[in-house]
Amino acid sequence: MSPKDLRYTEQHEWVRVEGNAATVGITDHAQQALGDITFVELPDTGQQVEAGGEVCAIESAKAASSIYAPAAGKVAEANSALEDDPSTVNTDPYGDGWVYKLELSDPSQLETLMDAEAYDAFLEKDQGGS
Amino acid sequence: MAFQDKPMTLIFEKSVPGRRATRNVDRDVETPFTIREDLLRDAPAELPELSELDIARHFTELSRRNFGVDTGFYPLGSCTMKYNPKVCEQAAVMPGFADLHPLLPQLPGGEMLVQGALAVLHEMDLMLRAICGMGGFTLQPLAGAHGELTGAMIIAAYHRDRGNAKDVILIPDSAHGTNPASAAIAGYDVKTIPSDPHGLMDVDALREHLDDKVAGVMLTCPNTLGLFNPRVKDIADLVHGVDGLMYYDGANLNALLGRCRPGDLGFDIVHLNLHKTFAAPHGGGGPGAGPVGVVERLVDFLPTSVVVAHDDGTYTLDYDRPKSIGYVAPFYGNFGVILKAYTYLLSVGRDGLAAVADNAVLNANYVAAKLREHYDVAVDGLCMHEFVASASRQAAHGVRAIDVAKALIDRGYHPPTVYFPLIVDEAMMIEPTETEGKETLDAFVAAMGEIAELAKSDPEALHAAPTDTPVGRLDETTANRKPDVAAPC
Amino acid sequence: MPYIANTDEQRRQMLATLGLDSVDELFADVPPELRCGELDLPAGHPEQEVGQQVARLARHNTAGLVSFLGGGFYDHFIPAAVDALASRSEFYTAYTPYQPEASQGTLQAIYEYQTAICRLTGLEVANASLYDGGTAVYEAMMMALRVTRRNRVIVDEALSPIYRKMVRSYTRNLGIELVETPSRAGLADRDAIAEAIDDKTAAVIVQNPNFFGCIDDASDLAEMIHDAGGLLVASVYPISLGLLKPPGEMGVDIAVGEGQSLGLPLSFGGPYLGFMAARKKHMRKMPGRIVGRTTDAQGRDGFVLTLQAREQHIRREKATSNICTNQGLCALRALMYLSMLGKAGLPELAQRCADKADYARRRLLDVPGVTMRFPNRWYFNEFVLNLPVAADKVIRGLFQRGLAAGFPLGRYWPEMNNSLLLAVTEKRTKEDIDFLAHTLDVILR
Repeated sequence: MSPKDLRYTEQHEWVRVEGNAATVGITDHAQQALGDITFVELPDTGQQVEAGGEVCAIESAKAASSIYAPAAGKVAEANSALEDDPSTVNTDPYGDGWVYKLELSDPSQLETLMDAEAYDAFLEKDQGGS
Repeated sequence: MAFQDKPMTLIFEKSVPGRRATRNVDRDVETPFTIREDLLRDAPAELPELSELDIARHFTELSRRNFGVDTGFYPLGSCTMKYNPKVCEQAAVMPGFADLHPLLPQLPGGEMLVQGALAVLHEMDLMLRAICGMGGFTLQPLAGAHGELTGAMIIAAYHRDRGNAKDVILIPDSAHGTNPASAAIAGYDVKTIPSDPHGLMDVDALREHLDDKVAGVMLTCPNTLGLFNPRVKDIADLVHGVDGLMYYDGANLNALLGRCRPGDLGFDIVHLNLHKTFAAPHGGGGPGAGPVGVVERLVDFLPTSVVVAHDDGTYTLDYDRPKSIGYVAPFYGNFGVILKAYTYLLSVGRDGLAAVADNAVLNANYVAAKLREHYDVAVDGLCMHEFVASASRQAAHGVRAIDVAKALIDRGYHPPTVYFPLIVDEAMMIEPTETEGKETLDAFVAAMGEIAELAKSDPEALHAAPTDTPVGRLDETTANRKPDVAAPC
Repeated sequence: MPYIANTDEQRRQMLATLGLDSVDELFADVPPELRCGELDLPAGHPEQEVGQQVARLARHNTAGLVSFLGGGFYDHFIPAAVDALASRSEFYTAYTPYQPEASQGTLQAIYEYQTAICRLTGLEVANASLYDGGTAVYEAMMMALRVTRRNRVIVDEALSPIYRKMVRSYTRNLGIELVETPSRAGLADRDAIAEAIDDKTAAVIVQNPNFFGCIDDASDLAEMIHDAGGLLVASVYPISLGLLKPPGEMGVDIAVGEGQSLGLPLSFGGPYLGFMAARKKHMRKMPGRIVGRTTDAQGRDGFVLTLQAREQHIRREKATSNICTNQGLCALRALMYLSMLGKAGLPELAQRCADKADYARRRLLDVPGVTMRFPNRWYFNEFVLNLPVAADKVIRGLFQRGLAAGFPLGRYWPEMNNSLLLAVTEKRTKEDIDFLAHTLDVILR
């Protein structure tokens, strides 16, 4: 069961919204699919991003995945602790394993994202189909 | 597998201060030359200090920790690990070729000093044209992926010349990773086309994506599941209908040699892997050679230079090619590798080449048929030169493709290509090649059968494999998290 | 049939297993109209005749020229051990080391090669090789663009003209702004480069010793480009690093070069070896294979391909490069060569080359009318002479006397028609040099 207080994208990012600020990470499902995370290529602070645009990337030994922006905005902070210990994404994906914070240009863009229930259903369907 | 048991030390760790392997020639000019001190390095690079015997032992030990085609069966799918004839190795070290400076023909009168080498390049071009049904080849590209990049640059040059504004290349999802990477670094947007359940390009899916923006389509034929797409000509017609070009990834040409030619299938550009199809060795990761052939209307775009044959039997190099994409390599390609493939082609000739495809395809089908008892095979009917088996039956016992692969190493076989193509779960891509005999294939099938039985009776034994190797499974996560890529001084 | 194992009888048995009568049935998927007839190729030949045919073509090349040709590709002596050990088929008949347990030989050798390249260049990380020195320059440029996320590159004119042509070919369809700055009196023009650098500049690319043979310490250029947030890329001649200040000490961020001189025959242009070394902080932006050291479950050291998430087979169109096959066997030879020369041998060899080149310079300057094209410069083993006539005019005459005297710069610089680029390696003797000076003197008279 995914945490109720977050919103989710189809690319398996989660978003925690606090006013104009959004914290973004990858879901538990995503970290399991990637395996042991070996490196998180963090975005630069101040970087402008488009909704759905590629922000940064996350790697395991045998896979890599892009992390996209759930909405337009400016990168306010990157989780530099992941530079030293990327495994936090595996052990605490919804907590200390967050990847970056976004200063939203238009918080309403987040309204189209899934809630936990919808995301769980999405996962179910996704797995059933594969 | 005769592996050394004792741990290896790095060559640098074997240094004995003051020990030497070589004696340089004495200074035969009167005075030494002193370069201004601030331009010099402070201390010599910390290279090994060893005797020649130390070095011979070190590399002999390393070689015993390696598996090559000469060591044993190497059914690595998509890599065509056929035997590398020794006569080809001999050709490449002939001093008449090995000592030839590549700038010689750029000197006035220099072309006449390298006629033998230019003849090799020209004859190779002609033979590859005949094999592929193409109008001309460049031998410059230095590897298969380099050939792909060259091909994508030719696609761009063609459209620039035609005034076409096209920025998309279509690639099926079953393609080798080099295809999208090559198209992207040539400046194209890559659109991935889903393939049908057999990994073949879906003609309807293609139609959906095909528009005026499409510069070309890159295909492997037979595809990565070892299947020939009977609709390949229809695909080519559709692509040509929007003035797109058809690119042939030659990784799997071994299946078609002497049976059909990419040019006749509607392809406009092909790259070949001389280190796969034409028996040049892969060298533990190169050097390869990736010649690119094009149909007549694209010949003007080939890289500079090209060899020109004259009526009097001489050869020259043409550098005056205004439509050419320019230089993709400093000279004429990986000449030593080309020479090996040339020697191979002289040996096998037209009759031998057809027998290559026949036996490669027969061997693959034979192994596929025998393996079905123990493993799932991704396609039901016949395959071409390779096929994709799956460890999905074994996965029920907790044994995965990687475990089967490692168990094969203990039994003296190089594993198949695993987890590719991505469209098959627990994929094990098997390509026996034509140079293997039935008894080798039977023994391999027996080993695979034994592993399949073990998967049921003792999966733990397979998780522990390999055990008969100098090291067991290595911690790749740490290797990636804290990369150690050079020994500290 | 050569290189095919199965007998007719075995083929019959195998077809019977498949329930087929003929091999033709295996090709049922290929529509008849797409099949070809017999290929227009010569028939196959027995090995004896093939060997003779290839040897005949080899004899159609002129062997035994006393060569002063360089231009980035050098005629150095190769110890017999390099050929003998690299000919072990466990090395050369292996594929890329995807299965580490069965490939520790290749993997450890590459790790040792990476280490040797790092020590030679004074940088922290190196990859497992690229195709050649020219593609290495291109890959370094692309890497600098990725690191800086900029799109302008400055190239010094004294970078090999062949490499500059290659870079131009590769960037033709990309939105990269390529600026070539002229060299001044044989060195990179500092003022021109300073003026060309802006906040969009990803890299300055130079060569040392440069194409004219001049030693050009790029330390000041490193400072210049670093101040603007860009990287310095240098193409270097590895033998010269036996003596010269390594790029890492000059502040170079990415050092690349042609590794042919490290134990590879000239072989008419390939196979060669592109090497690349860089700073650790940029490692994940590097192209190509990289081998890393790690351990197995029992704690034994072992080697694996690492940082593969950068590569095409995982990242596909987002990979750092499309490179897959590289020059593994050539890198192995380079490691063997550097091990044979060793810590003391490489500087000694480099000094020998410099000594002989200095002697050649002095002898040739004694020939009336011959001058240095770039006087008052420091040289390693290559230099440019100005002749009293067009260089093309004397080259044929020298050929007839068994001398490949050098490279006429007029081919790439029309204004340098009288200039000849000469390289001297340890293989050229004092007698060779005296003979060249004498012959040139005779021809010019």
